[in-house]
Amino acid sequence: MAVQEKSFDARRAESAPKQVDVLVIGGGPAGVWAALTAAERGASVLLAEKGLVGTGGATAAGNTTTIYAGPSSLEREAAIKRRLQHAQGLADRHWIERVIDESFARLNQLADWGYRYPVDQHGQSYRGSLRGADYLRFMRRRLRKAGVEVLDQSPALELLLDDDGAAAGAVGVNRLTNEVWTVHAGAVVVASGGCAFLSNGLGTNGLTGDGLLMAGEAGATFSGMEFSGQYGISPLFASVTKGIMYFWATFTDEDGNELPGEGDRQGIVARQLLKGRCFAVIDKAPPYLQQGMRVGQPNMFIAFDRTGIDPFKQRFEVALRYEGTVRGPGGLAINDDGATSVVGLYAAGDAASRENMVGAASGGGGPNATWALSTGIWAGRAAAEFVARLGNKHHLRKPKPSGQVGLRPTRETRTELGAREVIKAVQSEILPIAKNFFRREEPLRQSLAALDGVWAAASGELSAAHLPAAELVRAREAAAMLATARWVVASAVERRETRGLNRRDDHPKQDPALARRLFTGGLDSVWVSAEAQSRALAS
Amino acid sequence: MIELVSHERCITCQACVTACPENVFDKVPHRPPVIARPDDCQTCFLCELYCPVDALYVSPFAERHVAVDEAELIAKGLLGGFRRAMGWEGGHPAGTDRDLTYRMFEDGRVAP
Repeated sequence: MAVQEKSFDARRAESAPKQVDVLVIGGGPAGVWAALTAAERGASVLLAEKGLVGTGGATAAGNTTTIYAGPSSLEREAAIKRRLQHAQGLADRHWIERVIDESFARLNQLADWGYRYPVDQHGQSYRGSLRGADYLRFMRRRLRKAGVEVLDQSPALELLLDDDGAAAGAVGVNRLTNEVWTVHAGAVVVASGGCAFLSNGLGTNGLTGDGLLMAGEAGATFSGMEFSGQYGISPLFASVTKGIMYFWATFTDEDGNELPGEGDRQGIVARQLLKGRCFAVIDKAPPYLQQGMRVGQPNMFIAFDRTGIDPFKQRFEVALRYEGTVRGPGGLAINDDGATSVVGLYAAGDAASRENMVGAASGGGGPNATWALSTGIWAGRAAAEFVARLGNKHHLRKPKPSGQVGLRPTRETRTELGAREVIKAVQSEILPIAKNFFRREEPLRQSLAALDGVWAAASGELSAAHLPAAELVRAREAAAMLATARWVVASAVERRETRGLNRRDDHPKQDPALARRLFTGGLDSVWVSAEAQSRALAS
Repeated sequence: MIELVSHERCITCQACVTACPENVFDKVPHRPPVIARPDDCQTCFLCELYCPVDALYVSPFAERHVAVDEAELIAKGLLGGFRRAMGWEGGHPAGTDRDLTYRMFEDGRVAP
């Protein structure tokens, strides 16, 4: 591969910084709503997205459900009750209400702006699902109208911090032109999604925890990282992790014996995959529903049509693909406004801990899409207000880069530790069902020790500073996955109970004394600490 | 994974280069793009959606490459299949009003 003559730092020093009030990192639903809201508040806004605003992130590749429930409706009460049940004691009713209510207004606003919802059998406009690619393309037009500057194919690589450690911008690279970009901002919103560790789940390979690493380097606190034993079911050959279809499926082993486990789809598959191969057929859907699935989820059926499989009649082999903190709730701990523990740094969507909404559970598509929308709005609003309070002072700051692993190795002499080796090492600890779906103290401790060793090596040796954009981005993704894996595993060690997405085979029961959040953070030395107060279990 | 950029059909608009969330393609001036990093493809089919002339084919196999024959794909009507199912035309979004996803929630067995 071509070696760049100039180092990353030399190219960074040459890039003329853009000055904006609010920088948004990530252009999925949370990012676009954050950018739009900040712009509506009068802030100058720049949004940098790793891919294209329209195709980047998990939402773009699929059809996403939402919680669409009006004030004082029966649906709203039912949705709140359902969330509290699934959350296993760690959600907050007030948060669930405000997320649902904010989104309800905005889902209606989308219709007013011209997004075309379908009309259901009863002649009602159905607003409980959005087609990802269309939704994001639609929002892209709103961003342009609102005057938001969009940088496509432009992943952020590191945050810039002011002398007091407050977030003051970011540096990144354009993957198509190789140009390094610098943005100075009064506030930064991290909306870069969760981390799915390049597991090939639908639309998730761009989600490598980049924003988590950057925030971690700034000293941010995370929460709920242990609730990450989350895997999506897909056909073995394909990427399409459309779990909802399997509510109407029969699962069998290789010999065709039906597998027990009513309702717990992922659990049925996970237990079988420890023993052998697993198969599914979506044989419980009547034709009317089959048509709904086919028209509603074209990419799933494209995969079947192109291989000549009729999933309603023929068994097909299935696999579990790791969804990590994309579907698992863990992420940056935020307050009511979306502020992280770092001054000037806000988080929204999957990058933020979703425990307030879904507790210890995944939440699945609907709650997560609703969460992304509402927290995007709040983070964008709070970031704009923060900048307004700063006044013009923020333009006078001289922010400094904060990126470490992958950009600025600590050792002078080094062997060639590549990003791909690091990624492989991380995946071998984090992807296997035997280690991360079903957890036990001893294997978790071994994983943590192995990952700490990789971190020490990567800190010293991993450098892509002289490589082209694609390799530079890969090195930072490797560092981000490594950091995220350590927060996940360290938190899982400390939660010695089974609750939601932390399944501990050595502690199979829930422990009422542990109805509290676990916080984590740190890079060279990872720390975990429990929330002081135990939460009253939601009834 | 992405297996084909049809040189017959490609109009060198580069829409797929900018649309790919995984930066799989490299631009070539006045020529069809090259699949520079095929193993980075995440099999999301979004490049097919953005292609205005149905010049791309993403094989559904997510973890191995499969040799494809353009004439055979055309004969089977597979080029542009995802775009047609979505309802997009010439790179422009359409079709959300025909989405039938709500049918999965009508009997109350599954709730968002």
